[in-house]
Amino acid sequence: MEGSLHHCLERLRLARTGDDLQREILALRDVFEVGHLVYHSVNSTGEQYAALTYSPDWVVRYVSQSYERIDPVVQGCYRRFHPIDWRALDWTSRAARSFLHEALDHGVGTQGLSLPIRGPGGQFAVFTVNDTVTDESWTRLRDERLSDLILVAHFVNQKALELEGNRDAADLRALSPREIDALTLLAAGHNRAAIADRLHISEHTLRVYIESARHKLGAMNTVHAVARAMVQGLIVV
Amino acid sequence: MIQYLYADELDAQPGLGPQMYRDRAAQFRDRLGWSVDVDAVGEERDAYDAEIPLYVIATDAAGRHAGSMRFLPTTGPTMVNDHFTHLTDGTRIVSPYIWECTRFCLAPEAPKATAARLMLAAAELGLASGLSHAVGVFDGHMTLIYRRLGWGPIIPGASGTGRGAVSVGLWAFAEAVLPRLRAQAGVTAATSRGWVTRAFGPNLAA
Repeated sequence: MEGSLHHCLERLRLARTGDDLQREILALRDVFEVGHLVYHSVNSTGEQYAALTYSPDWVVRYVSQSYERIDPVVQGCYRRFHPIDWRALDWTSRAARSFLHEALDHGVGTQGLSLPIRGPGGQFAVFTVNDTVTDESWTRLRDERLSDLILVAHFVNQKALELEGNRDAADLRALSPREIDALTLLAAGHNRAAIADRLHISEHTLRVYIESARHKLGAMNTVHAVARAMVQGLIVV
Repeated sequence: MIQYLYADELDAQPGLGPQMYRDRAAQFRDRLGWSVDVDAVGEERDAYDAEIPLYVIATDAAGRHAGSMRFLPTTGPTMVNDHFTHLTDGTRIVSPYIWECTRFCLAPEAPKATAARLMLAAAELGLASGLSHAVGVFDGHMTLIYRRLGWGPIIPGASGTGRGAVSVGLWAFAEAVLPRLRAQAGVTAATSRGWVTRAFGPNLAA
């Protein structure tokens, strides 16, 4: 499964259009084996963008009714940044209950996990997976896949910002000289102890530089991060 | 008790926010002599309080502010990336797995276990949120406190020495730190998990 997630992230990295992104959203749904996967972003000027697997009927209905005003997921994620399980949201109002019924009729799952994202310049996005499964299975998925979901959510968000032409997003992905040093020495086959010694930092600190570079490169692990940095010409061995 | 409150939720609770901001003035301006901004009613705030942070707040038996800390995601504006990159060789610490923790504050009359409770509350929060580390800038007087609590940071960079030192620290979130912190804080696993569950719903603390 990690292999297919890696392939997805690799294709996502190469995405050049909204259609490419949409295709990878569909692929990611299958990688995580969930009913639906949704990315929804609102930038600082209020423009919205979405890539999702819901039925077109439901999207049209949602937009035409401005359901974001009553959707407990949107209301509950706005201004937050911790992972939000839909079971923790307030579905008690009459409007929320009737919204939920309609959503379920359109194939939206009963369980959901949403990751709110705060991007550059007041940008806000929500990445959601949802499915119709038992409480127990959903809790297990959350526990086992939360880390991967966080990585994917932020990588999709960075790609969406990049496609939108957001310059801040590109700056955030630039590697620092220390990160480049660390990856270069890894690529040259040095072990971590030797690299830390060479850079006059502790191995713990080195790990942080490598992790931070890995995230910026959207890589699943250190080997991928090194490979990607080489392909992009960020490091020369 | 521990409460996790975003800024807008804190504002909705009468009294608690102003108590926290005044206790912060007492700690950072009066006791530590930092050049922080304190307003006419004696409350210390900075630009990051306007970024809708998540506060972890310990209250005493009377429900008053006993201590607090402030979290923000490193994918947005943070103190360490805006002002302290000279301590990290220019590296901006940006990761969806790392949140910044700042303004670790204790009220003048805080119950003894408050610092340990806050550290425990931070650990529970990080583990429930899928985080790898918290990052924070701290000065010399805190080094001993963290060490005594048994959850010390790794330090990518520092300047100065002794009490005048300013360091960037990274705290690794790991289940292994919980028993020690719970013992120091004098609370059970059910209690500290309950803090997170109450704030963020049934599933997060599973």
